[in-house]
Amino acid sequence: MIDMTPNVALVVTIGVLFTAGVYLLLERSLSRVLIGVILLGNGANLLFLVAGGAAGRPPIVGVEPEGQMSDPLPQAMVLTAIVITLGMTAFLLAMAYRSWQLHRHDEVQDDVEDRRIARLAAIDERATADADTEEGSETLDDEAASARDETDDGLPADEVRR
Amino acid sequence: MTDWTWLVPLPVVIPLFAAGLALAMYRRPRIQPIVSVTALSLVLMASVALLVLVDGGPLVVDVGDWAAPVGIDLVADRLSALMLTISSAVTLCVLLYSLAQGRDDDEESAPVSIYHPTYLVLTAGVANAFLSGDLFNIYVGFEILLAASFVLLTLGGTFERIRAGSIYVVVALLSSVLFLVAIALIYAATGTVNLAQLAIRLPEIDPGTRLVLQVLLLLAFAIKAAIFPLSAWLPDSYPTAPAPVTAVFAGLLTKVGVYAIIRTQTLLFPDGRLDDVLMWLALATMLVGILGAVAQDDIKRLLSFTLVSHIGYMVFGIALSSDAGWTASIYYVAHHITVQTALFLVVGLVERVGGSTSLTRLGGLARVAPVLAILFFVPAMNLAGIPPLSGFLGKLGLLEAGVHVGTPLAYTLVVGGIATSLLTLYALVKAWNKAFWQTPEVEPRPVHMPFGMVGPAAALIGVGLVLTFAGGPLYAYTERAAAALVERTPYIEAVLPDGERGTGESADVADEHDDRISIDLGGGHG
Repeated sequence: MIDMTPNVALVVTIGVLFTAGVYLLLERSLSRVLIGVILLGNGANLLFLVAGGAAGRPPIVGVEPEGQMSDPLPQAMVLTAIVITLGMTAFLLAMAYRSWQLHRHDEVQDDVEDRRIARLAAIDERATADADTEEGSETLDDEAASARDETDDGLPADEVRR
Repeated sequence: MTDWTWLVPLPVVIPLFAAGLALAMYRRPRIQPIVSVTALSLVLMASVALLVLVDGGPLVVDVGDWAAPVGIDLVADRLSALMLTISSAVTLCVLLYSLAQGRDDDEESAPVSIYHPTYLVLTAGVANAFLSGDLFNIYVGFEILLAASFVLLTLGGTFERIRAGSIYVVVALLSSVLFLVAIALIYAATGTVNLAQLAIRLPEIDPGTRLVLQVLLLLAFAIKAAIFPLSAWLPDSYPTAPAPVTAVFAGLLTKVGVYAIIRTQTLLFPDGRLDDVLMWLALATMLVGILGAVAQDDIKRLLSFTLVSHIGYMVFGIALSSDAGWTASIYYVAHHITVQTALFLVVGLVERVGGSTSLTRLGGLARVAPVLAILFFVPAMNLAGIPPLSGFLGKLGLLEAGVHVGTPLAYTLVVGGIATSLLTLYALVKAWNKAFWQTPEVEPRPVHMPFGMVGPAAALIGVGLVLTFAGGPLYAYTERAAAALVERTPYIEAVLPDGERGTGESADVADEHDDRISIDLGGGHG
């Protein structure tokens, strides 16, 4: 049976990494967010090590007695996760740098479109202007009066009224 | 030849190889398109073949011949084959569209040599997520497609795209970390990440722990699938990308999240303890999304909001967790992928002809480009769910399933679904009227629309119509897919025939481990 009691030092470290990571993730500056992502990623990696149970001997069948080996699967998964986090971090860093190139700071910008929509709603102005509602000043009554139908006896509407 | 399992890895392997080849050809812009079109056509053929083959039962491949719970396995069942077929048809159409756009435009200074490899990697990631029978491999699939989507979203690195991209990247990374934490905890609780073995072992662990694991997984997938209140990132980031990129993102990426939810909810957590929460989330997603769409002025943002809103329908079907609910949900995913992608492609054409995506500035396009008006009208009505079209069939299925369940909450959702459908109709008709019929400030000049762009968009609309006309057989197929999902045993038995080990080589090694040297328990995870 594998000893599944977690190592307290590791658990505390994970807690600290996650706390600091979440705090940094809430910042505006992309480079701080980047450090936050790195901390969170490392916290998750440590969590995998804890998930694999206590450390043991190298997992080589035939060399080490069974039952004393450490579980290699979480370590393989951590390796994959580390590589992926590395790539993602590099991309985020490149984006922060590009942001600094473009406007000399790396802060995440607000989306202006949302505010524009909110302002439009506040003004409460009609957004559409199309041919049906805008062209000419003729009202519906005028239109009805000038329209011809079978009661007109071939005369234009104005003459019938007279 | 009766063993068709060699087809299963092709949708992942072909695009990855082609991506490498396309990258090596970065100095030859004429060969790159040939490579990627050939690759995606082959993937489409393989997917269609899988769609037919797996109707007889799931096909399983133990990658590298390592037996299932130790190594990684790829599983093609009806659900994943259907998703694969739709997604490869969509990616192929979008690729052809983007080729024509690239030929016709001056490329807006984008480094196009990187476009083809990245696009192929994206499709490989999507296919990997659909086929994977291993939770960690789903994570890897997600990361592949996310990394590719980061590059595609920030093509050219302009001011607007970097702004939108930074939000998208940070949110995506956060959801990846959540997913990773969920996997670590699941491994700690059960000692496996293989989906089939998890399905056997999860019922044995403490129900409280199981609930925590379920919530964590749902959180991670809900961010990817853009379920309210985790959807705010989507309408901010998608509209800034080039039209074909937005189209493929809108069609596919959120659906990969929905697929992951369907897979894990059916296979791992069949007791459905979070269904009521999911119901409320579905209602909120539908209503908040569509109200957002009604308020928008930019047509790309409007469509992004309808995308969020219609994710709510799929979550509704998932939350019902009845046979009819799953069936309708799967059909709706297939319908929504095609119709949403088609709409975004058409909007790319609208932007090209009208010179803007703002509904206030657009106008009079019906006179300049009557074909475009029809191309927009058909998928728009399809999305809103006007009777003969596939959107109607999907919504009808969902509403019927909701009425059949018959709880007050389900009835609330049915009413919410109808209201959302009507509001979708309102938003899209408003967009149609403004873009095509209102008097424009400046009369738009007739612009040449290359056939290479119109053709794929029309083809995709055609796929949507096929979903309508072949609605009967297709609905029967999704019904069988849903029945297999609910039954669960076909999947588990296909992966682990004896309930413990897959059919790979390491099964023998483990039995007679004395005279063999080693087993690589990592089995390719590293």
